Amino acid sequence: MTHPQHKDYAGAKLGMWLFLFTEILLFGGLFLLYSVYLRRYPHEFAAGGKQLNWIMGTANTAILLTSSLFAAMSVTAVQRDELKRADGLIGGTVICAAGFMAIKYFEWSAKIGHGIYPGSEHLKAGPPGESVFFSLYYITTGLHGIHVVIGAVLLAWIAAKVKGGTVNAGDYILLENGALYWHLVDLIWIFIFPLYYLIL
Amino acid sequence: MNEQHHIISYRKLTGIWLALLALTALTVGITRIELGGYKVLGALTIACLKSGLVIAVFMHMKYEGRLLRGLLFLALMTLAIFIGFTFFDVLYR
Repeated sequence: MTHPQHKDYAGAKLGMWLFLFTEILLFGGLFLLYSVYLRRYPHEFAAGGKQLNWIMGTANTAILLTSSLFAAMSVTAVQRDELKRADGLIGGTVICAAGFMAIKYFEWSAKIGHGIYPGSEHLKAGPPGESVFFSLYYITTGLHGIHVVIGAVLLAWIAAKVKGGTVNAGDYILLENGALYWHLVDLIWIFIFPLYYLIL
Repeated sequence: MNEQHHIISYRKLTGIWLALLALTALTVGITRIELGGYKVLGALTIACLKSGLVIAVFMHMKYEGRLLRGLLFLALMTLAIFIGFTFFDVLYR
């Protein structure tokens, strides 16, 4: 017996958005911690922020915005049944994600090389505000980095489905939700970037 | 699947991307010169503008119905309330 498979497009998208709201509140909590501690330790935060490399931060912002463009374009491509192009565009997003993580790797290894990491001797010897700043920096960018990796894996899996024809112009909610997740990753970075790299 | 889904053209998406890059350049610019407290306000205003563009166009929110828009509003309001109340406590304790 064959049943036509039931698809609830609006329900799938609603579920994704509800999940994204919880993500917004999760990172919102971290931004809240940031601002409360910024008020308590303004000088240490300013000193810490100046040690971050704003050029790398700007490069990563441009990379993530571009990756988001590719993700949004891939949805348009699938809607227009241009599956090959959609695959290429998702590939572009994944490559950008790799570039982002590579820059992140250089940033983190430079900091760790200078003895700046949670629980390091250097931070223990310094003022408490400095150690709070770098703990928040590692937690926030680390959690964001995990999201980047998860998003990239998710999109690579969806790209395979586009290639296989399971995701197509008639049924593309998986890609749409994957792209929504990716845009959220971009959205969070839009706030991390000025807060940590620019305003301090 | 039904036909009511809005397809956003490549041209429009590219336009939004260029606007996002320009706003990024602007934030970097205004935070590199000394503006004092205004640079925080400026940088956060630009960040909100950028996220508005991403949500409205890249995430298709502009073309969604009342339910999703309403829920987005609710989520952002919740965030605003908990940030607002925390600051009330932190600033005037």
